Amino acid sequence: MTKVHKEAITGAQAAAYAMKQIEPDVVAAYPITPQTPIVEYFAKYVADGVVKTEMVPVESEHSAMSAVVGAAAAGARAMTATSANGLALMHEIVYITASMRLPVVMPVVNRALSGPINIHCDHSDTMAERDSGWIQLFCEDAQEVYDLTLMAVRLAEHEQVRLPVMVNQDGFIISHGVEPVELLPDEVAKKFVGELKPLYPLLDTEHPVTYGPLDLYDYYFEHKRQQIEAMKNVFKVFPSIAEEFYNITGRRYNFVEPYKMEDAQYVMVALGSTNGTIKYVVDQLREEGKKVGLLKIWMFRPFPKAEIQRLLTGRKAVVVLDRSASFGAEAPLYEAIKSSLYEVASKPLLGSFVYGLGGRDINPELVRFAFEKAMKHELVVDQELYLGLRE
Amino acid sequence: MAELKKWNEIPIGGIITEPGTARKYRTGDWRVKRPIYDRSKCIDCMMCWFYCPDQAIMQENSVMKGINYFYCKGCGICANVCPKSAIEMRPETEFAHKEE
Ligand code: SF4
Ligand code: SF4
Repeated sequence: MTKVHKEAITGAQAAAYAMKQIEPDVVAAYPITPQTPIVEYFAKYVADGVVKTEMVPVESEHSAMSAVVGAAAAGARAMTATSANGLALMHEIVYITASMRLPVVMPVVNRALSGPINIHCDHSDTMAERDSGWIQLFCEDAQEVYDLTLMAVRLAEHEQVRLPVMVNQDGFIISHGVEPVELLPDEVAKKFVGELKPLYPLLDTEHPVTYGPLDLYDYYFEHKRQQIEAMKNVFKVFPSIAEEFYNITGRRYNFVEPYKMEDAQYVMVALGSTNGTIKYVVDQLREEGKKVGLLKIWMFRPFPKAEIQRLLTGRKAVVVLDRSASFGAEAPLYEAIKSSLYEVASKPLLGSFVYGLGGRDINPELVRFAFEKAMKHELVVDQELYLGLRE
Repeated sequence: MAELKKWNEIPIGGIITEPGTARKYRTGDWRVKRPIYDRSKCIDCMMCWFYCPDQAIMQENSVMKGINYFYCKGCGICANVCPKSAIEMRPETEFAHKEE
């Protein structure tokens, strides 16, 4: 195991520290709350000469992602970071990044997507990008932000993947909360991340290429099929990257994290920092002899359906917590879980809870309430319930 | 139309890996009406050559030499601007079974 040092830092610092060790050739970014500290910390590394990265301060997120696309197409390792409305403003280019198969890694600090204006955490920003062709990873804490940002680079740049990755962390809860984080020595992190092997770089003037040409009905469909395939390849590629990371750090990652799931009859499924609260409640309920467990989702896109089917079949009830709503339809995570369970041999009772919109607090009592609903078999499959809402 | 490749036979992301491929793009495939040129009426004024948006009018030393159907999209501008009505637009269906 590698010698590590532990520091008390925020999630934003963890992302910036990983970026420092990755030392991308180009970072173009526009500050937006609560992503701002990531860009500030990284800008300081640049100003202090700690990294040789070309920092491009732009006038909007649309430009930030455009500059990153240009840099990545040129053959550079390029990164940016964003949040909420900034991500929405990028949307056009976010989609193009994936469609051009550029291996960009972007920390996303999740925040409500207005209106009315709200700067606090929910997942509506990243959910709006779930079909953009990006890989989406979700972190429970600052340690995972650091770890998954390093692994994201390897995943994005893998020759069978070549897709951009969003590393999501909950706004303020993770981005501004201080926690102890184990950090790798620079040379170990650098060695793990490795060198980018550019594919079709524009700067290779010996072999001129065209990026982003007109692609009509005769080939567009085929290019989308390639993206579908690349997403499927993530299931093959990610475990080996996670294994390599485990050998260095002793920290094991996968598509999902089952917590006290072996004999669990009542299982909760969630994304992000809330998983910490759920683990606390699972521990309490276990002490009371209740057979409860948690299935934390690390990877939301591609959606690890096979893994989820294997872990949820035969359970008595599954409660899905969503920190975003889908107006006129089921909440995004719930919809994905429910659809996965259509094919399993033994379907659990299912319940959907939307919580935490615009930073509304989630606490152990609310989590316990949702578990109790499940244990009393009071869930209705097409009924969306709310945690922490005044009704 | 050229043989189309399958999804796993082409570069990713729509990237074009050789220069000058626009030359190979047969915009003539788009044509619904075909301009037919009558040399006997032509006065070589070159109006058609000036106006053709696809550079599909062929000329040599300011002499009209006919139409390049590989690129001609059949917009009909040439027929419209010709002062001598030397170009007539005819439906492609008339030529459907004849080789160009
Ligand atoms: S029909 Fe249009 S494209 Fe064809 S030769 Fe005439 S002007 Fe050019
Ligand atoms: S515009 Fe008509 S007359 Fe003039 S060169 Fe063309 S075909 Fe001939």
